[in-house]
Amino acid sequence: MSERRGTRIALGVWVALVLAFLYIPIAVICLYAFNSSTIQSWPIAGLTTKWFSPTIHNGDMQQALWLSLKAAGLATVIALVLGSAASFGVHRFRFFGREAISFLLVLPIALPGIITGMALNSYFTYWNFNFGLWTVVIAHSTFCVVVVYNNVIARLRRVPGSLTEASMDLGADGFQTFRYVTFPSISTALISGGLLAFALSFDEVIVTTFTVGARNTLPTWIFSEIQRGQELPQVNVVVFLIVLLTIIPVALAQRLTRESGILRTE
Amino acid sequence: MAAGLDPAQGLSSSDRLGARRRLGGALWRRPWLRGLTLLSPSVLAFLLVYIAALVALFVSAFWGVDVFTSKLIHTWSLDNFRTLWNESAYRHVALRTIAIAAAVTTTDAIIAFPFAYFMARLATPRLRAILFVLVLLPLWASYIARIYSWKLILNSNGLLSWSLHKLGLPAPSLAYTNTATWIVFSYVWLPFMILPIYAALERIPHSYIEASRDLGAKGSRTLRSVILPLALPGVVAGSIFTFSLTLGDYITPTLIGGASGQFIGNVVADSALRGGNLPFAAAFAAVPVLVMGAYLVIARRLGAFEAL
Repeated sequence: MSERRGTRIALGVWVALVLAFLYIPIAVICLYAFNSSTIQSWPIAGLTTKWFSPTIHNGDMQQALWLSLKAAGLATVIALVLGSAASFGVHRFRFFGREAISFLLVLPIALPGIITGMALNSYFTYWNFNFGLWTVVIAHSTFCVVVVYNNVIARLRRVPGSLTEASMDLGADGFQTFRYVTFPSISTALISGGLLAFALSFDEVIVTTFTVGARNTLPTWIFSEIQRGQELPQVNVVVFLIVLLTIIPVALAQRLTRESGILRTE
Repeated sequence: MAAGLDPAQGLSSSDRLGARRRLGGALWRRPWLRGLTLLSPSVLAFLLVYIAALVALFVSAFWGVDVFTSKLIHTWSLDNFRTLWNESAYRHVALRTIAIAAAVTTTDAIIAFPFAYFMARLATPRLRAILFVLVLLPLWASYIARIYSWKLILNSNGLLSWSLHKLGLPAPSLAYTNTATWIVFSYVWLPFMILPIYAALERIPHSYIEASRDLGAKGSRTLRSVILPLALPGVVAGSIFTFSLTLGDYITPTLIGGASGQFIGNVVADSALRGGNLPFAAAFAAVPVLVMGAYLVIARRLGAFEAL
C-alpha cells in the first residue's frame, strides 16, 4: 500500500463507476423483459410477466435455441479433443515450428470473425457442403480449439513433470500414468475450457451468419428480430433468459479454477 | 491406487494389458510418433480447412465476377483494389472503421488501466477475486443482448435522454451516430482490455516498486518509468482484442450506427451475402487483416501473447 490516501479513494470511485458502466445495461435489459407495454421506452410502463409464455412457446425461437445448443455442444467436443491433444504435444515436445502452432490456433480469434465467416462460406460452397448444423460446428470449432488449448497448456505448465516420472518409476505404463496422474491434474482445466468454448460458440453471431445457411441459431434469430422490430417484447424475454443462463456456466468455470486470462481461466 | 499395478489383476487380464503395454512402450521409445499423434489432428484440420479457406479467399480477391451471372471469373487483376482506392465512399468507410477502432482502443485503455491497477495493487485477495468475476461475466452475458440494451438506452425515449432531462441537461439524440457506435464498442470490449492489463500489473514484483522509491523516485515517476513499461505487454494484448474486434464487426454499426455509420464489415457482409461479389468483399476484408497482421507481429515482439 504505497499509494496515498487520495489516490486510493480516487481509484476506488473509478472502480465503482466502471462497474456501474458494465452492469447498468445488463440491468436495463433484464428490466425490459417485464415491460408491460409494447413500446420500448424509459421508464417502462409497468411490470408484467405476460411475455414469457408466448416467447417460450415460439416455434422459431425453439428451433433456433435447439440448433444453438447442438452446435455449441458438438463444437465443444471437437475443441476438447483437438485442443487438449495439441496442448500435450506442444507442452511435451521441442520441435521446429512449435511456436507457429500457438500462432496458428489463435488466428481464428485474432482475425475478424467476418473473415473466418466469409472464407469458410466460400470453402463450404466450393465443396458443395449443405449449410446447416455441421457447417456451423466446423466454423465454431476453429475458434473454440484455442480456448481449450490455452486452458490445458497453462495447467500442464504448472503440474510438475516429476509426477509423471514418479508414476513411470513405480511401474505404471503410459496409459496408466495418463489415467491416474495426468488426467486428474488437468480435469478442471478441461471442464472450464469446455464451458468457455460452449459459451463462446453459443453466443457467436458473425461467423454463424455466414455458415448457417437459411436456418437461425438463437443469436442470429435475435439479431434479425431486433432489425424487424415486430416482436421486441419476445426479444426482451429471450435476451433476459440468455443473460441468466450464460452467466451460470462462466461462473462455474471460474469456481473450478482460480486466476485467469480471457482465453483461459488460470 | 492404480488398479493395473495389482499383480492379481494383472494376471487376470494379462493379454489386454500386455498389448497395451507394448503399444505404450512403442510410443514411449518413439517420442516423435507420440508428438505426431498428438499434434497432427489439430494442425491438419487447421491447415486443410481454416488456412486453405483463408488462402482461397484472399486469392479470390484478385479475381472478378460476371456482372450478370455473379459467377467467379478466374482472371488475375487488381481491379478490386483499384476500386477500393479510387472510390471515395470506400475510403471513407475504411477510415471511419480504423479511426473508431483506434478511438475505442484508446478509450478502453484509459478506462481499464486505473481499474486494473486497483485490482492488482490495492484490492484484497478476496475483493480481487470478486472484481475478476464481475469483469468477466458481462463478456459472456450475450454479446448481442448487450448491444441491444444500448439501443434501448440511447434511443430518443431511452434511459440516457430521460436521465439527462431529469438533470436539466440538454439531451442530444445519440441514436444512429458515430458517437453511439464508439460508446457501445468501448462498452462491449472493455473487459478484454481490463484483464490483460491486470495480468501484466499483477506480475510486477513489489520489490521493483520499492527499489524505485529507494532510488528517490516519486509516485508519478515510478508509474512512468517502472509500472507503465512493464504493463505495456498487457495493454498491447488488450488492444489486440479491442482493435481487431472493432475492425471486423458489423453487428454494432448495423444496430447502433445506422445507415451513415457503415463499417468495413457492413460493406463486406453486404457484398458477400447479398451482393454476390465475393472477390470485392475479400479485397476489402484484406484491409483489416493487413492492419491486424502487422499489429500482431509487433505485439508478439512486445511479449503480448503471454498476457492473453
